[in-house]
Amino acid sequence: MGSSTTIPPIAEIPETPARPAVNPAWLVVICTLFAASAQILLKFGALHPLPPVHFSDAASVTAFLTALTGDWPLVIGYSLHACNAMLLILALRHGHLSLLYPLYALSYVWVDLLSLHYFHEHLNIWKEAGIVLIIGGVAVLGKASRE
Amino acid sequence: MTVTPLSSIVLVLLASFIGSFGAVFLKLGAAHLSRGIRGLFNWQLIAGIGLFLGSSVPFIMALKHGELSVLYPMVSLSYVWAMLWSRMLFGEPITKQKVGALALILGGILCIGVGGR
Repeated sequence: MGSSTTIPPIAEIPETPARPAVNPAWLVVICTLFAASAQILLKFGALHPLPPVHFSDAASVTAFLTALTGDWPLVIGYSLHACNAMLLILALRHGHLSLLYPLYALSYVWVDLLSLHYFHEHLNIWKEAGIVLIIGGVAVLGKASRE
Repeated sequence: MTVTPLSSIVLVLLASFIGSFGAVFLKLGAAHLSRGIRGLFNWQLIAGIGLFLGSSVPFIMALKHGELSVLYPMVSLSYVWAMLWSRMLFGEPITKQKVGALALILGGILCIGVGGR
């Protein structure tokens, strides 16, 4: 488990020459904001009524697709997920995967906080403890990413 | 309160496993981005996104019989697998800081799961 023993990498990753302008950890933090907003929007989008679809009936398929593309929270939610994937890929160009990937857990914190406002959910001692622990873990990783 | 069946737990473990490989392939694919916008369409990135989307299939299957508050925190085990793959494939060291931080994060997700009941 020690960091002193280095094992040769099996998969060769060509090092991107330029030093990152921003710490990739911040990019992942922004990713989690996108991911959490997307999740909230998808929940709103799921409340939108969609007509039943019968594949034998072309008119019902058209009506379904029209309703689906008119369900703007769903459309924006999926678009945010796409932006989030792009940003995550950009972040992963530099730095350790084992350090950046767990930062993604911050999205749980944002979802809980956003749900307070949008879905009138309540915090309890467990959720509060969870938020504190995740922020603690993310802070440790953030500090490690600067070294 | 219903008991989450073992089959659901196995399905979520499978989902976390598939998801961790999604992260590995995104990392591999991200290295191609230095070749400009065309670098975005490389098989590793497509495989990574495919694996992330694919990991939702066993997860949704698991949710049919299991409880979300039990199963959702388990998805985060993919961080543990990804840390192992990062060491085995990319030679990234597993430091005390990384292990400690991961323990805090997993504990936190578990608490949020319990609080969501």
